[in-house]
Amino acid sequence: MSVPKLEQLSKSVVKGPSLATGAVPTKDWMEIPVEFKPGNYAYPAKKEKVEYLNSQKGLHFPNAREWSPEDDDWKLPEDWKDIILQGLKERLDKFRSLKIFMDCCVRCGACADKCHFFLGTGDPKNMPVLRAELLRSVYRNDFTLGGKILGKMVGGREMTVGVLKEWFMYSYQCTECRRCSVFCPYGIDTAEITMMLRELLHLVGVGINWILEPASNSNRTGNHMGLQPHTFKDNVDFLVDDVENLTGVRPNVTFNRKGAEVLFITPSADVFAEPGLYTAMGYMILFEAIGLDYTWSTYASEGGNFGLFTNNETMKKLNAKMYAEAERLGVKYIIGGECGHMWRVLHQYMDTMNGPADFLETPVSAITGTKFQNAASTKMVHITEFTADLIKHGKLKFDKSRNSHVKATFHDSCNTSRAMGLLDEPRYVLDHVVDWVEMPEGTIREQTFCCGSGTGLNTDEIMELRMRSGFPRANAVQYVRDKFDVNMLSCVCAIDRATLTSLNNYWTPEVGVCGVSELVGNAIVQENEGENRANLDEGLRTLV
Amino acid sequence: MKYALSFLAVVVLAAVAWLGSQVPGMSYIFGVAFPYLAILVFLGGFVYRIVQWAKTPVPFSIQTTCGQGKSLDFIKHNKLEAPHTNAQVIARMALEIFTFRSLFRNTHAQVHDGPKITYESSKWLWLFALIFHYSFLLIIIRHMRFFLDPFPGLLALIEALDGFFSIGNPTWYLTSAGIVVGVLFLFARRIASTKVRYISLINDYFPLFLILGIATTGILMRHFLRTDVDITAIKTLGVGLVTLQPTIQVSLSPLFYTHLFLVCVLLAYFPFSKLMHMGGVFMSPTRNMKNDTRENRHVNPWNPRILPHSYAGYEDEFREYMVEAGLPVEKELPPQKDEE
Repeated sequence: MSVPKLEQLSKSVVKGPSLATGAVPTKDWMEIPVEFKPGNYAYPAKKEKVEYLNSQKGLHFPNAREWSPEDDDWKLPEDWKDIILQGLKERLDKFRSLKIFMDCCVRCGACADKCHFFLGTGDPKNMPVLRAELLRSVYRNDFTLGGKILGKMVGGREMTVGVLKEWFMYSYQCTECRRCSVFCPYGIDTAEITMMLRELLHLVGVGINWILEPASNSNRTGNHMGLQPHTFKDNVDFLVDDVENLTGVRPNVTFNRKGAEVLFITPSADVFAEPGLYTAMGYMILFEAIGLDYTWSTYASEGGNFGLFTNNETMKKLNAKMYAEAERLGVKYIIGGECGHMWRVLHQYMDTMNGPADFLETPVSAITGTKFQNAASTKMVHITEFTADLIKHGKLKFDKSRNSHVKATFHDSCNTSRAMGLLDEPRYVLDHVVDWVEMPEGTIREQTFCCGSGTGLNTDEIMELRMRSGFPRANAVQYVRDKFDVNMLSCVCAIDRATLTSLNNYWTPEVGVCGVSELVGNAIVQENEGENRANLDEGLRTLV
Repeated sequence: MKYALSFLAVVVLAAVAWLGSQVPGMSYIFGVAFPYLAILVFLGGFVYRIVQWAKTPVPFSIQTTCGQGKSLDFIKHNKLEAPHTNAQVIARMALEIFTFRSLFRNTHAQVHDGPKITYESSKWLWLFALIFHYSFLLIIIRHMRFFLDPFPGLLALIEALDGFFSIGNPTWYLTSAGIVVGVLFLFARRIASTKVRYISLINDYFPLFLILGIATTGILMRHFLRTDVDITAIKTLGVGLVTLQPTIQVSLSPLFYTHLFLVCVLLAYFPFSKLMHMGGVFMSPTRNMKNDTRENRHVNPWNPRILPHSYAGYEDEFREYMVEAGLPVEKELPPQKDEE
């Protein structure tokens, strides 16, 4: 889809008739139907992808069909309404979070201007409170005493096709970043609401392709890209060659190797596309420098988990590969690469869903002897924790000048920050390898802004929407670019690396995007690199 | 419109009590029957709601971390914002419940030409919410005077502090002003902020007007229309109610019955409304859980059995390619048959 010119969108964000900038809608929100037009929705899932997922044991993806959001008739099953209400009832009984969040909101509005989608679009239904009201209104009508008696008077409404369409529109204008949850006096987490909306929609066969295709690829081939084992290996081997050409040291990389000490899992985007490739090279250089006994897996070749954006069952099924493979290979523990939602799943779901991982050991770094007590149960360590520990023990030698072409800033991924509390490890690593500055307060750490395209929304057909919702992030980047000449936005998330690249290209074209491990890889001085290491003007991105 | 309706509803309720209580024989209904009924509905409803929530499982540990989690020794752990022990969780919850810590964080975002977004601290909601809630709490404690005989010294102290400035006669309580100012601010904000006005429902305005009605009738009785309010008789009724021997000796003023009736309505409305945030705030999984999920396993009572696409199935599909690429396999390829 065509994206408006920068100048045009810049004006529209400030002056457009939106609730964010002061224009008041004339109608009650319940009276405003959604309108689908090219550019404001992501494409529906392909029939064969839905069928494939539905054929998998434990998963339920009914009603595979050709359909379009722009059509009046979405070809829903005849009893769609019962399915939705029954699905809602079931979930109210299964998730206390959902029940509390349906009941406890006082509509104080503290969340309203915290959402990047609201700030960028000004659409009232993107205020977290109203996004929840889209579901709450139906809940009130059918599941509360007051609603059953007084209905619309107390904000209840019937479940209709119009409501379902609205759910589809707005559950895919939320990246489950949880920024609103930080400010809510009851900790109401819109991510939970959005997850439930999406689960309910899948019950009647309403889902988007950008999520269900990676999910089905991941199930079958092990990774989102659908890379088959030999291709995955080829991709990594290319990177090994590149690292050797650049640094003079060839990293020793193995695949599916039984008996390795560590299984390393990173998002497949890191071995597939720029700028993630450089991050992957960074991992290799790091592991080579310390002589880690590790292996990649082609079967568990994906850190990311699009099940999180789909439903609980899919999340569990995709995640289960990590432990299954660790057990098959007989490793001691797992190291996870830089990824946002992969770590959310790891930290908040994995052990509960697929543990206990008693075939693994509490991670101990063979190089420093540090026992990662904080990962005693999942047995999985984050790469920046692992690196920070190495640095603290003086196990790595850096030449910071090798990053002198970089003036960096750091973007906290929503998931690693708000769902995990991983804030200072990457900063500690950055302190040792590069000259960097923070973005303004209110946009970092737990208040960080989403890239605007997470949870499977990084698809091109909604580019304008992405540029709008990413605007708060981009604006903070612009601030440090103008003030400190920042030219690199570092992060610890693969989706960020992909989506922030598009975002920066649009709003701040001078600023690149990289993983923290890329900067580590740039700066590491290896013992045996000798005179073979070229003088790299752009670190691992130098063309030789 | 919604606020006008809510206002009207409270006026009608007040009128019902004012007039109804003066109908001969009805004073017992308004003075005894309704209070008992309201208390029953309140307690029953409150307990029911809490039990309903408590019965629902917490399948996953989904805390929102608002600070550095506990990890390596040299990384400073933020104990309050990413609690790792029960004590730290309690401290986090206590700050949330007693000081409204999350609201304290509130910022106001504004989009300017450029475009540029600014975020500035905005503590108004926090401040007035705090004034409102604490005034309400102290007022409830003060009212124990009407139900307890003898009156405990600690409560007398609270009362004395509340009337510290000794303005007027009888002394004005700070909390009387506090609750009115708090409610009026919360109402004004609902009207003035276009965002909040847009999301407001009748269910948001009604309790505000109800509480305002209660506060107004209370203040009127104490400070302005005191002559026909017989405090001794009210206390007799109050103590009678709690000792389950209620009597109404003299005719009490319609103003008193209005006050009491509005309180009864509030009590009965409470468990079925958003006012239950009072109970819910303790139970929100994003705030009351520990951030130790990688260290200690959290158990989901309904965890379904779902297995991954198996490695064997994966290898079966790709074995040929794997062997060709030199990847280790569990099962070798079958020997090739000679072609005829």
